[in-house]
Amino acid sequence: MLAKRIVPCLDVDHGRVVKGINFIELKHAGDPVEMAKRYSDEGADELVFLDITASHEKRDIMRQYVEGVAKAISIPFTVGGGIRNVSDARNVLCSGADKVSVNTAAIENPPVITELADVFGRQCIVVAIDAKRNRTPTEGKLMFDTPSGKVWFEVNTYGGRKPTGIDAVAWAMQAEKLGAGEFLVTSMDRDGTKDGYDIELTRAISERVNVPVIASGGAGVPKHLYDVFVEGKADAALAASIFHYNQYPVPVVKDYLRKMGVTIRQ
Amino acid sequence: MPKAVIFDYGVGNLLSLKTALEKADFSVTIGTSSADLADADAIALPGVGSFTAALDRLDTVKETLQKKVSDGTPILGICLGMQLYFESSEEGPGAGLSFYQGRVVQLPKTVKVPHMGWNTLNIIAQNPLFDGIAEGIYVYFVHSLYPAPKDPSVVVTTTEYGTTFTSAVAKGNIFGTQFHPEKSGDVGLKILKNFQRIVVK
Repeated sequence: MLAKRIVPCLDVDHGRVVKGINFIELKHAGDPVEMAKRYSDEGADELVFLDITASHEKRDIMRQYVEGVAKAISIPFTVGGGIRNVSDARNVLCSGADKVSVNTAAIENPPVITELADVFGRQCIVVAIDAKRNRTPTEGKLMFDTPSGKVWFEVNTYGGRKPTGIDAVAWAMQAEKLGAGEFLVTSMDRDGTKDGYDIELTRAISERVNVPVIASGGAGVPKHLYDVFVEGKADAALAASIFHYNQYPVPVVKDYLRKMGVTIRQ
Repeated sequence: MPKAVIFDYGVGNLLSLKTALEKADFSVTIGTSSADLADADAIALPGVGSFTAALDRLDTVKETLQKKVSDGTPILGICLGMQLYFESSEEGPGAGLSFYQGRVVQLPKTVKVPHMGWNTLNIIAQNPLFDGIAEGIYVYFVHSLYPAPKDPSVVVTTTEYGTTFTSAVAKGNIFGTQFHPEKSGDVGLKILKNFQRIVVK
């Protein structure tokens, strides 16, 4: 049976992992290659790198560590952050990444999804959606019942800073038609809170698209991953801080999920 | 050290496969022409791109490739690379390499496609490529189509996803996996090492 995937996420700036580095036995904390290897050895099913570098040397920097990671690990990994076109995507895919994620560029220019899928195959193209709950009933938006009332999910761009008025669920359905091979759905309400994933958001998208959905934002304890797999119908769960700070290392999370009856890779 | 040539269809990531084959004790080059294939001890057909586009790229080397393979050079097709072994594909027009009889078909609509992630192998037949690989082990898949061989005796492993499909084939020196050994951690590396042992023998 297809296993649910556990996906640690690493934020990279100028070639260094910048968020939460607490593997005490690492020689070079912050080295993306070393951290990727560490997670891979621990049993992570896949990795995501989000590159926040703001520099005209970004491409060269990315090429370097992506190649290093590809040589060091033999599990799949995705690279995102500022990928705007075929040339950006080729830069990371030809350096050894398996998938690229596109976010703001896809919202601003949806046909880029089709261009990328045509060149590299849709299995390489992850569309990342940053969504925030909007409580204002608005015509034409898909409204969902949640424990805190009716909401719709609004796409935010530029790292979650800019509301767009676009319905996240409708956008996912459109992006799938354009060629998205997978979705990385981040709840801006939950990101950083450790209160658990946004189950309603994840389920709303997962039930309406026929490609895999990675849930992101809010993981604080292993139970949250269980909830998003079972209730949220996620295919994969992404988390950062619970792994980085060694609070719940990957094997601990996997053991817990396995005991709870979730199909997890040994 | 045996020399493996990875055939390059001109798209996507070959670095992972190159690195993995190197870890399995091959010296590896990337090839695009008949001349590149000439002195290969082993050939790897990677798993990127689409059926029709890949066949176009293979066109100029097709005869050399078929000759090498009929002379006994071990070949490993991965994902799309294995699908090219068959006669035709629902993905697009074109005649495959026809190393195997049968057709490549779409996964059922009842499951999410692409089939992406770690899934298990049922070992159907013993084969040296899978020496030391246990029943039920997880390997990494990314695909939307799978091969339906006419001859059941070529099936080495199957996997469940909406249906029971053929996830590895072998016949003489022609090996293929629907999953990606180069992305399947230690298990995948073991399979590639087995391939190396087959090549050296």
